[in-house]
Amino acid sequence: MAQAQAIVRPRRRNRFSVSKTLIHLVLAVVAFLCVMPMLLVISTSLSDDLIVAKEGLSLVPQGLTTYTYEFILASPAQLLRSYGVTMLITATGTIGGILVSSLMGYALAHRGFTLRGVFVFIIVFTMLFNGGMVPTYLIVRGVLGLHDNLLALILPTMIIPWYIMMFRSHFQGLPHEIMEAAKIDGAGEWRMFFQIAMPLSRPWLATIGLMYVLKYWNEWIPAMMYIEDPKLFPLQYLLQQIVRNAQFLRSVRDAMTTRVKIPGLSLQMSMVVVAAGPAMFVFMFLQKYFVRGLTAGAVKG
Amino acid sequence: MAIAVEGSRPKKRSVLDRLSVGNRDKSITFVNVLLMCLPALGMLIVFNYLPMFGLVIAFKDYRFAKGIFGSEWVGFNNFRFIFGGAGTGWRIVWHTVSYNLIFIFSGLVGSLSLAFLINEVHTTRASRVYQALAFLPHFVSWVVVGIFANGFLRYDGGVVNKLLISLGREPLLFYQSPSYWPYILAAVNLWKGVGFGSIIYMAGMLGIDDELYEAAQIDGADRWQQIRYITLPLLIPLIITVTLLSLGGIFRGNLEMFQMMIGNNPLLYSTTDIIDTFVFRSLLTLGSLGMASAAGFFQSVVGLFMILATNALVRTINRERALY
Repeated sequence: MAQAQAIVRPRRRNRFSVSKTLIHLVLAVVAFLCVMPMLLVISTSLSDDLIVAKEGLSLVPQGLTTYTYEFILASPAQLLRSYGVTMLITATGTIGGILVSSLMGYALAHRGFTLRGVFVFIIVFTMLFNGGMVPTYLIVRGVLGLHDNLLALILPTMIIPWYIMMFRSHFQGLPHEIMEAAKIDGAGEWRMFFQIAMPLSRPWLATIGLMYVLKYWNEWIPAMMYIEDPKLFPLQYLLQQIVRNAQFLRSVRDAMTTRVKIPGLSLQMSMVVVAAGPAMFVFMFLQKYFVRGLTAGAVKG
Repeated sequence: MAIAVEGSRPKKRSVLDRLSVGNRDKSITFVNVLLMCLPALGMLIVFNYLPMFGLVIAFKDYRFAKGIFGSEWVGFNNFRFIFGGAGTGWRIVWHTVSYNLIFIFSGLVGSLSLAFLINEVHTTRASRVYQALAFLPHFVSWVVVGIFANGFLRYDGGVVNKLLISLGREPLLFYQSPSYWPYILAAVNLWKGVGFGSIIYMAGMLGIDDELYEAAQIDGADRWQQIRYITLPLLIPLIITVTLLSLGGIFRGNLEMFQMMIGNNPLLYSTTDIIDTFVFRSLLTLGSLGMASAAGFFQSVVGLFMILATNALVRTINRERALY
């Protein structure tokens, strides 16, 4: 038996390393496929537009040039405006969302709070049932009159029931002694919330805050529904408009065979890089916070 | 008094409760705690509950001038238009459900496989790089994903067509051929979600006791057998829970994705139009608001039953993960 194992073992170990190499190979391919579209966009943005028009897109820049970036940076007004709009709605939405949902989460962590059960039901029910797009649109635009108003991009999506429940279960787990000491020292509920509970929740504030940031930063449907004034276009919607318009212009040009100046592919791609690149780069380094939000799993008390 | 309360209800209650129960400023605390709820509550009422009442427009002939509640009742007319003979109702419902099934299944297989592979090499530094890169698409907005897809699929110069040409094949007109889109959308959805989805399974794998694997190794089990007889069986409850929770949302489509990938391209509707894109289009192009609201009503109500059913099942498996 022992002999047999001694014979078998080296072979098995050998096979192990082969399969490990294979796994690394497969994973490397998967990882490459995940980043390949980004490489394609960057490479196209650095290519000569005429070559791209003739040769198509390529993973290696063709006729390396930074012309398109210079072109964008020469008249950056709309881009900067959209950056400003997106930053404004992201900052307001994130701070507001965190504040409002952590406050409610904190309140619902009180077992002595008699309305707790009712309020939890009110929150959970919105996860099960919703009015959908048509009534929401009619209320935001018709009843509240939020047309061409950035509040329409901030408020309707600010409350995410799941986040309130996450905050709640987090506050339920805070160490008892600290809260007790604060109470004895005469701290009221608001003071305990702002000066004790919140500072003790930094990792959670970061995680939920970043989920808000990602959501507000990448959202574009609300802009399409509520914004018509280009001055108020958020970044993603601007990007969508540029690409759509380029496609539209191309079809018009084909029909009329006139020479209208149309942003070529490389210009579009550099817009993508300038508009979406920096945020992605930042998100990449904050990945661990997103992972924590995902693995939080059990969030109920 | 305080000690007695503490003694009689050990551990179960948090300190916050003990402080508010039997405290002399109990009512002040109550008012303050209520005040803390008000902002979120107010927004929930305006943006979540008011629209629920707005669902009644599915039974009305909505006129903007008359408003939601002033418009005339028309009974089931809107439903008859969309789910009746020539209506597209059943088509968009079928698309919504079948795309979600495709996404759930491919996402499960993809995420689970990726998690297994990364778990096999999880001690190496390279594994963290794979993980980070596979997670990256999660941060890409659907607008940018749509632009990526265009770079691959466009007729003139798209990556896929360049490849086809170099293989001596004819280039394909993807944006005019509906039959390719179920595959394209499944691939795009997988690309965007696989790294994100694998995280939850990897967390599950890390939670499995190492002793089980050591015991199996002593018994002579190879890696494949360890996966087959230890990892996979122990992950089954998690897999079922995650799948059931996604099945709960099977009537809700990903509007950002479909709207950006397809846009308003009627050539592709025969395989790609879902409830959400139909409603969105009707809303913005001032099509039939009646049909849109009927489709939306169907989605909300049937969706509610779906979530209730799946959640009831989740509760029997893993109470912690159920929504309520």
